[in-house]
Amino acid sequence: MGVVKLELKGISKAFGTFYANQDIDLVVESGQIHCLLGENGAGKSTLMNVLYGLYEPTAGQILVDDQLVTFRGPGDAMAAGIGMVHQHFMLVPVFTVAENVALGAEPTTFGGVLSIEETRKKIREISDKYGFDVDPDALVEDLPVGVQQRVEIIKALVREAKVLILDEPTAVLTPQETDELLDIMRQLKAGGTSIVFISHKLREVKAVSDVITVIRRGKVVGDAPPTASATELASMMVGRPVSLSLNKAPAQRKETTFVVENLTVRAANGTNVVDGISFDIAQGEILAVAGVQGNGQTELTEAILGIQDHVTGSVTLDGKQLLGLPVKDVLRSGVGFVPEDRTVDGLVGPFSVAENLVLDLYDQAPFASGISMKPAKVAEHAKAKIEEFDIRTPSAGSAAGTLSGGNQQKVVMARELSRPLRLFIASQPTRGVDVGSIEFLHKRIVAERDVGTPVMIVSTELDEVIELADRIAVLYKGKLVGIVPAGTPRDTLGLMMAGVGPEGGSDD
Amino acid sequence: MSATTTAPKPGSTALPAFRPSMKVPLSLGILALVALVFFGFLGPDQTAEMKISDAGDAVAVPALMIPGQVGGVVFGILLLAMAAYSIYLWTQGERSPKWLPIAFAVVFVFALLVWIVAGARQPSISLAGLVAGSVTLAVPLVFGSLSGVLCERVGVVNIAIEGQLLGGAFTAALVATMTGSPYIGLIAAAAAGAAVSMVLAVFSIKYLVNQIIVGVVLNVLVSGITGFLYGTLMVPNKEQFNTPGRLDILPIPLLSDIPIIGPILFEQSIAGYLMYIAVAVVWFGLFKTRWGLRVRAVGEHPQAADTLGINVNATRFWNVTLGGAIAGIGGAVFTLVTIDTFTKDISGGRGFIALAALIFGRWNPIGAFLASLLFGFAYNLQSIIGIIGTPVPSQFMAMLPYLVTIFAVAGLVGKSRPPAASGIPYVKG
Repeated sequence: MGVVKLELKGISKAFGTFYANQDIDLVVESGQIHCLLGENGAGKSTLMNVLYGLYEPTAGQILVDDQLVTFRGPGDAMAAGIGMVHQHFMLVPVFTVAENVALGAEPTTFGGVLSIEETRKKIREISDKYGFDVDPDALVEDLPVGVQQRVEIIKALVREAKVLILDEPTAVLTPQETDELLDIMRQLKAGGTSIVFISHKLREVKAVSDVITVIRRGKVVGDAPPTASATELASMMVGRPVSLSLNKAPAQRKETTFVVENLTVRAANGTNVVDGISFDIAQGEILAVAGVQGNGQTELTEAILGIQDHVTGSVTLDGKQLLGLPVKDVLRSGVGFVPEDRTVDGLVGPFSVAENLVLDLYDQAPFASGISMKPAKVAEHAKAKIEEFDIRTPSAGSAAGTLSGGNQQKVVMARELSRPLRLFIASQPTRGVDVGSIEFLHKRIVAERDVGTPVMIVSTELDEVIELADRIAVLYKGKLVGIVPAGTPRDTLGLMMAGVGPEGGSDD
Repeated sequence: MSATTTAPKPGSTALPAFRPSMKVPLSLGILALVALVFFGFLGPDQTAEMKISDAGDAVAVPALMIPGQVGGVVFGILLLAMAAYSIYLWTQGERSPKWLPIAFAVVFVFALLVWIVAGARQPSISLAGLVAGSVTLAVPLVFGSLSGVLCERVGVVNIAIEGQLLGGAFTAALVATMTGSPYIGLIAAAAAGAAVSMVLAVFSIKYLVNQIIVGVVLNVLVSGITGFLYGTLMVPNKEQFNTPGRLDILPIPLLSDIPIIGPILFEQSIAGYLMYIAVAVVWFGLFKTRWGLRVRAVGEHPQAADTLGINVNATRFWNVTLGGAIAGIGGAVFTLVTIDTFTKDISGGRGFIALAALIFGRWNPIGAFLASLLFGFAYNLQSIIGIIGTPVPSQFMAMLPYLVTIFAVAGLVGKSRPPAASGIPYVKG
């Protein structure tokens, strides 16, 4: 089995008049881990979809071992030895592992009858070789995300992929799972598989790459060695100098005004998605809630806001019970809330930026009098906020949905921070936001803390948690594993995110 | 806030302990009471005769004689016992086992049958005839629901089953008359069903038109075209265009003499045998072959299939076409087996019942087959009741198949899961 050298020459991919990739050159040497580093929307995934035959390039050539190839579909790419693990797994949830692995390259006997036993055998072989511990007969929908990812890798290996593309593989993993994945990548490399590793997380990229290619706005900015500093890499990604550390002052804790006691949220299937959680936040401090996605964070914040049913326990702000109040009354009590998905809950896409900036205040003075709105006041307000938050929009009247992710997030933040607050809750405050805007949004959050508001941040990005938190609460399967001070080592936090308590005992 | 107090805190709401839904125990209880009161205490006093073998059969089995009122009370108590068990389980926080509603339904239907027969002017029916007739009436439903299974498994909702059945029925009658061979008519019917399906496939897969709308429009279109041709072509020239003749019944020697199951399994026309073969082949194909794995993947997660080099839209197109061909054969049964002429809208809504059967059968060929048999039974019961004469108004009995459909789909299907991508067009990227 020969190893494969992969070369992209002048690849461009246009969607309409928009170029997602423009004139990209890339050489992946055999047996290397080659990282594509770039922000969300920089065009990394598009490029890989071109390479995998899912998109047809508008211009450019792909060479495998110096041979010009054209991929009409993923089948051609696989035949050339290219495998891909997509960011959103391409697994059929109701199929078993073996069925998923077999799909598309099914071993059959006479007449197309499946002989799934052969696939089972191959899965066991690969699983043993790399220590994957995957049961071929498990239903994929019952497997944890980390194991599903291994199924995806097995899928590529069964097809004898010589080049493996991993598209943002660590986004859904705990820090421990991430470390395991990095180990697997090193093992694969040692076994002769080249890896294209797509990421925007500097720490992982530096840990595992042989070569780093930075992409910005669809173009290659340049290559960097893995020894380059995080600040250098970040500056290459953004295209201007970036300061990665926030340098915030220590918290000035005042009175404790926000208290959550024994909060429990029951899901439709009878399980407790939030299970007896108690914590409090003082004025002037940031409590960051860490945890892998789907461990009850969404339900926790929504329960506080009052948009979850079947909630028991107590949530008090300034001594007033919030549970059971209509959402409007909760907001009127001075709660600012940034939802985790701005496009679903944070904005009305077709509404203008100005309208989105007053979604919570449109029926009050000065934006309304009686039943009529006052457009002049709304526009004035919009102008001020666009300036204050540096929202890049063609005009205040542009539809919010047409803005970039970072600017949409700024609109949501600007709205929630433009009233006097007694409590500020932000879920995933910088998800999908470019590094430059992250810096700005983080500063705003700290500024809100410094005026004496209790702040609760929910984030699945451990870097962000460490950056912002004065105290860190870790959720696992709806339970609070523990609350630890800022400065707790990453490894400890990582273990807590996997359910192991800060004292070392298992909480499961 | 004092942490020591155990009194409920303000704002907290009491949450009941988690219990399974009480839908099943409650409805069983009500139905059992209905059965006890109406079939038992208020039941007819004649004795119902249930014949198992017919006069000409090689093997004679004595008929069941069940006194109406006593039988009703006994069945009612049996049903109450089952309902009580279900309620008991519910109080223990447990779900009723799956066999319970099924056993309940079987006993209830039998009690209903005894009640109807014992109350009739002529209190005697042939069970063998009832079952065989049910199968006969179920044949088009089975073909129709198999068509639906093939389409939905691949991610296309086939509302046009009705149109495919009707197109098949019309074409079968026309071609069989013109060629003089019902067998050629049968093949033509499959082609006609496939043609209707291809329209659905092209519009919903290539042009991304809403599948439900295309399906409904196709039903109306086929009804209009066949109605028009029937009126202008077939009615004035019946001899030339609308006397197809019937498919021969091909009994298998010996086997067809077995009581009850003989006529069902071994005394069918070629369409009847094809039905059994189709159910088995589609089931085996879907769950045991490469083709089936790919088909199901396309219906569940088309993007995943695409990334593995499977052509999603081609798979959909050919599956939908194949489904149409199968439904077309089902349509031919109307004009080549059941009766031997085409009349306007002869399918009479059976396509929608087939749709219900496929949902009731949980998108599984065998499930769809069994569900179709149930609906066939309801149709047959309706006509038999008309013949033996009962006090129940015939209009009410005509509602029976549809009532069964509604209850079956709404009440008993529960949380079955359709293919995840059913009804969603696939667009790359």
